[in-house]
Amino acid sequence: MTFEPVLLRRWGKPNSQSIETYMADGGYTALKKALAMEPPKVIEAVQKSGLRGRGGAGFSTGLKWTFLPKDVQGPIYLCINGDESEPGTFNNRVLLEEDPHQVLEGIVISGYATKSTTAYLYLRYEYGDCYRTCEKAIQEMYAKNLLGKNILGSGYSLDIYLHRGACAYICGEETGLIESLEGKRAWPRIKPPFPAIEGAFRRPTVVNNIETMACVTQILDRGPEWFQSLGIPSENPKDPGSYGPKLYCISGHVNKPGLVELPLGITARELIDKHAGGVWKGRKAKAVVPGGISMGFLSADELDTKLDFAGPGKAGCLGLGTAAVIVIDDQTSMVDVLYNTCRFFAHESCGQCTPCREGTAWSAKILARIRAGQGTLKDLDTLTDISNSIGIMPGTTICGLADGAAWPIKNALKKFRPEFEEYITSGRRSQSLEVAGAH
Amino acid sequence: MSTVFINDIEIEVGPKENLVQAAERAGVEIPHYCWHHDLSVVASCRMCLVEVGEKKPDGTIAMIPKLVPACQTPAKPNTVVITNSEKVKKAQAQTLEFLLLNHPLDCSICDQAGECYLQDYTYKYGKAQSRLNEPKVQRVDKYHIGEQIALFTDRCVMCTRCVRFTREISGTSELHVTNRGSVEEIDVYPGEPCNNKLAGNVVDLCPVGALCSKDFLYKKRVWWLKTQNSVCQGCSTGCSIHVDQEENRLYRIRPRENHLAQGSFMCDEGRFGWKYIESEARLFGPRVGKLQAASQHQTAHVGNGSSSKGNGTAVLHEQAALNELATVDPWPSVLNATRQAIKSVVDSAADRFAVVLSPMMFCEEAFMLAKYIKSINKKITLALGPVPVVGEDDIYPKGPKGEPPAPGKAKFTIRAEKCPNRLGVEAILKHFQGEVINFGTITERLNSKKFDGMYLVGGYPEAWLDASVLSKLDGLSTLIVQDFMNSPLTDMATIVLASATFAERQGTVVNHAGLAQEVQQSIRGATDIRPDGRLLFDLSQRQGMYSAASIRAEMAKEIPAFGAFAGEIGELGIQLFTTVEGKSA
Repeated sequence: MTFEPVLLRRWGKPNSQSIETYMADGGYTALKKALAMEPPKVIEAVQKSGLRGRGGAGFSTGLKWTFLPKDVQGPIYLCINGDESEPGTFNNRVLLEEDPHQVLEGIVISGYATKSTTAYLYLRYEYGDCYRTCEKAIQEMYAKNLLGKNILGSGYSLDIYLHRGACAYICGEETGLIESLEGKRAWPRIKPPFPAIEGAFRRPTVVNNIETMACVTQILDRGPEWFQSLGIPSENPKDPGSYGPKLYCISGHVNKPGLVELPLGITARELIDKHAGGVWKGRKAKAVVPGGISMGFLSADELDTKLDFAGPGKAGCLGLGTAAVIVIDDQTSMVDVLYNTCRFFAHESCGQCTPCREGTAWSAKILARIRAGQGTLKDLDTLTDISNSIGIMPGTTICGLADGAAWPIKNALKKFRPEFEEYITSGRRSQSLEVAGAH
Repeated sequence: MSTVFINDIEIEVGPKENLVQAAERAGVEIPHYCWHHDLSVVASCRMCLVEVGEKKPDGTIAMIPKLVPACQTPAKPNTVVITNSEKVKKAQAQTLEFLLLNHPLDCSICDQAGECYLQDYTYKYGKAQSRLNEPKVQRVDKYHIGEQIALFTDRCVMCTRCVRFTREISGTSELHVTNRGSVEEIDVYPGEPCNNKLAGNVVDLCPVGALCSKDFLYKKRVWWLKTQNSVCQGCSTGCSIHVDQEENRLYRIRPRENHLAQGSFMCDEGRFGWKYIESEARLFGPRVGKLQAASQHQTAHVGNGSSSKGNGTAVLHEQAALNELATVDPWPSVLNATRQAIKSVVDSAADRFAVVLSPMMFCEEAFMLAKYIKSINKKITLALGPVPVVGEDDIYPKGPKGEPPAPGKAKFTIRAEKCPNRLGVEAILKHFQGEVINFGTITERLNSKKFDGMYLVGGYPEAWLDASVLSKLDGLSTLIVQDFMNSPLTDMATIVLASATFAERQGTVVNHAGLAQEVQQSIRGATDIRPDGRLLFDLSQRQGMYSAASIRAEMAKEIPAFGAFAGEIGELGIQLFTTVEGKSA
């Protein structure tokens, strides 16, 4: 049975961004359903569906909403994270450019469920088209009383503000996003307090991903049971399972890169061969990034790993991340790949915590030296040491960016160590010291 | 109170304390850079990582698997902290390696060397060698960052203490972080240097040699400096300070933490405002008799700072040569003449003699002078000299438009009253005179020619009497002036008693809130000047040697208000009076 896209069902349809076509396709019925329910019932439905956040960490969305304190006086804020900056990821962009109302409907539903008074949609600056489509869509919603005071006569009021970031990866970290939203330097906050207790403007705050909002719309529209019917059930009581459809971003050395929607749990091999036209130029995959560069690498032997929330972790990766699959063919040097990765994180480290600030830059310098033919085998041990000593997991940093910077190094040196050793001992140099993808 | 365990040491800690403070109580050092008890917690330097667990009621200990920053972790009851495990030591060494990666090896020319936490922690917790094989990040020093402060950018460890200080304590927000990652730097906005009145504190807050005081820069290696506890004389806040000197020369003043006085900081007025100690306009010896016309010219040349600019060194040399020649101590005859001069006025009409005490005096000095004068004749008037007030109290943190903070939110106050001991001197005057006669009353009485002689005590760093008062004083037959600075007043005096600055004296001052603190003598003055305490001790013909403590014991017996002087004052001082302000502070 082939899976019919749900989140992407309106992608490519004429004028798919307009509220008229969206409503003609049955849009905003989910909102009406939600407004007829009590807010706790909406949270219950989302919890029942097993929806886990699509932003990277995979935390249960409904559970996150329940962390808000009860009987809050004053405003509650809903922040929607559209600072999609993980290399290889572009699902938020397609959702916002092609079908903004599906996301915005989810925001209003989520706002209603969490009793939020204001929603902030934080967009990365580079997404100019998203900004314009969203701005138009929000105006359309106000005109139809889908936003503003007393939405559809329900008594619930919500405003959505669009906020454009200034091109920093760290703004995707939820407390970095909040700081940036407040007009400050996006330095992630120390926790506790968690945003649910003290977030934006020191008020209770929920931060959710764009794709999560689209899922919320569909869960309310089609029911939690529909969502539960897709994906992979939990294997043990501690694992909340991987349910629902997921947008997989495929890029790199494949014949047909792009965005596909599939139930969670497809293997990397199936994704590449069936949905991306296979590896390009008749080559084989050497390594595959399972979910954005910060998640690490799957080796060619690990392509049968299921890309659900639990799968990549079993193969030694950090997790599913954003499900942005980057395919690296067998003609590519892993030294070059790792150099480019480290260069990215050195550039994007916010500079707050010492280990990440210095460790990321040092790793990039070491790899640059290796690529210049000046490496020694000892450098690989130093790199391993650095990667083991930065991150929230060993407890040496405030946020998870450092773990994301450490994991590609750990994976590459563990899974492709012979290639690094051969590169160093043979005295090879990379032909071009410059790597594509300036930032 | 709650009980925590630091490396198996059981210790009681207070509420709202973190693990760094708890460990300190147990005598265990947890190294840290970014944390400071007066600033917000950022937990970003990651130097204070420790292992943390909880002791359960059944005696078992559950440890958190990852390392935790001690500064961010509250000392809850039954917290178990391990600061010396292999895991912690490895993390400390690794953090230090990271911090030193791009740090220049310029300790030999760095002002901070000797009191640098990067040096100290590296010695205690670091590893000897860096594994960095790449070039270090090059950064440009920023001498322009403030009038009094310079930034050695490459030495910075990005603890952001300075940034938080300007945001949370001064409220002026000049400093910020620019750029990102390993190339980020502390900076100011273009054309807006960090020149607030508390700016000098960022130099003390900086745990490394990044922010340096331009005033002290390259003047002295800190390990040569000897330190005395003292009190700033700049205003009635009475900040506790350290006075750093070497070979009888003062080099630097730093705030001394005292929660009873000002807290952890001090203002730049006090920090840099001590240069008058080395002024060429200082008096170098006593004098009896009016200046002769010829020598008046010479004195004006020798002593008056304003007319002898550019010739100062020569003057000092000349003075030193004179001192060498003067093998006879001039003071016994000067003090004798002073006593005679007072007596001659008092014998004819005691109520036509007045003694003006200065709010710059220490309690012991004011007490000795007042007691001596009243022992001569009770009819002699005792009054208080001018109390300098400049503008209004300057309260921090400032708001975005420079406005003072809301009541109760003040973190530092530079007071308008620019003298250290008005309260102490007033209490002594109340005891001996029965009231405080202020200087306005004295000038009125001068105008109506009610005095034939006067004994004036100065001690102000700047000229303190205006021309109209001076012209009245000029007519007095006896004018005794006790001061350390040459001025038109000393020029017209019939007797000049050359006294000392606070750094050369010992005694006690009482601040705006009634807190009495002791000033220790840090340096010796010129050969022929006399610290006021010793001068007045000898003038009143007391037996033995002057010591502030013995005078305080005497005061405690004689004046109920100074009863607390019976005990030790201690480093932090003692609450002497309860003032309205003191209650609220």
